[in-house]
Amino acid sequence: MSTVTSEVLAIRTGDDVVRVRQGVRTAASKAGLSLVDQTKIITAASELARNTLDYGGGGTARIELVQEPMRRGVRIIFEDQGPGIPDVEQALSDGFTTGRGLGLGLGGSKRLCNEFRIETEAGKGTRVTIARWR
Amino acid sequence: MASKAVTALAGLLASREDKILAAWLSTLAGATADGRISRTEIETQARDFLRALRESMSGGDTSSTGSARLRDMLSSISRSRALLGFSPSETATFVFSLKLPLFEEIRAAHGSDGEALARDTWTLTELLDQLGLHTIEVFQKSREEIIQRQQDEISELSTPVVKLWNGILALPLIGTLDSARTQVVMENLLQSIVDNGAEIAIIDITGVPTVDTLVAQHLLKTVAAARLMGADCIVSGIRPQIAQTMVHLGVELNVVSKASLADAFALALTRIGRTVVPIRSGGSGQPRSTGAYPGALT
Repeated sequence: MSTVTSEVLAIRTGDDVVRVRQGVRTAASKAGLSLVDQTKIITAASELARNTLDYGGGGTARIELVQEPMRRGVRIIFEDQGPGIPDVEQALSDGFTTGRGLGLGLGGSKRLCNEFRIETEAGKGTRVTIARWR
Repeated sequence: MASKAVTALAGLLASREDKILAAWLSTLAGATADGRISRTEIETQARDFLRALRESMSGGDTSSTGSARLRDMLSSISRSRALLGFSPSETATFVFSLKLPLFEEIRAAHGSDGEALARDTWTLTELLDQLGLHTIEVFQKSREEIIQRQQDEISELSTPVVKLWNGILALPLIGTLDSARTQVVMENLLQSIVDNGAEIAIIDITGVPTVDTLVAQHLLKTVAAARLMGADCIVSGIRPQIAQTMVHLGVELNVVSKASLADAFALALTRIGRTVVPIRSGGSGQPRSTGAYPGALT
């Protein structure tokens, strides 16, 4: 497995969410994803970046352009040192939210990606890894 | 630092002001090369600044930041440079380039009195450095003000409500739809609905690059508010990739939507009982009475 390019963006404000979207857009078009796949991964990244900001109290997004023998694509890793997610199963179910959103972001992101992994520990923080392949 | 020494230095400057000004202007000549600022303007600024500097010193002002008048003058110079598109270093050079002519004159005046030379050089360096930093600070602040104003202008410009027909409004959205923009959009739309007595509002999202759950939620709120005002909404401009993404995301807009603004407009016309028909070829050129032409609007 090899990562061609990797870029770490801080998520501190709402403007940073826009910057993450733009970074993912650039990486996704470099990876040669179709327009539909680009839109899907950008939208998923937008949801998770906002979660990092709103629920994780800010953090980072690492955007990777990945080139493997059999596939090529984009992987994004969101990390925060927030309160963590007490019940991942519940958080992933549609309509559940502890905030004021629609409660579709996390579950929706999972449906928009080929790879989706949540690692979380109460009080330590959360790491969400997503990827979309060509 | 004794104020007497500063006053003496001011006297020295006064006696050689013309020479200093001439030398300073020749080093400033480069700034006028590209025509952003006129030669007379820079001469006036230089002359006024030098006079204010001398007056500030002869007034026995021993502080290292110069008089309030001096700083006000620099602030206005700095602000005007920022508006003209000068870089911070170009702006600060205006002050720093005065050092060389000044130092040459005090060296000539003091001759072999090394101690007086060192003292006066230090006094002037300290003062000019402070003034230069002040210039940069004001410059920075002016640029921030410009950016803030542009942001406000963009957010107003990018949310126009367009009247397409009697009773039909269009709201073409362009760019990122965050909470602040949604607020502006909603206010504009609701006010226009009242002003025009509109029955139908078309919200066109062709220019929105990403529709995530937050954007969808903002759209839904806008639609709900418009409904309460008695207007029906049609969402148009949902591109194929956005449609697929929204389905996967699980977002349901629960509102009539059309692929293009044209389709949405056609639907809106039907709803208010109008239709668009071609002018009959070879006829009198009069539109048929059922046509959606201005003549048919009465």
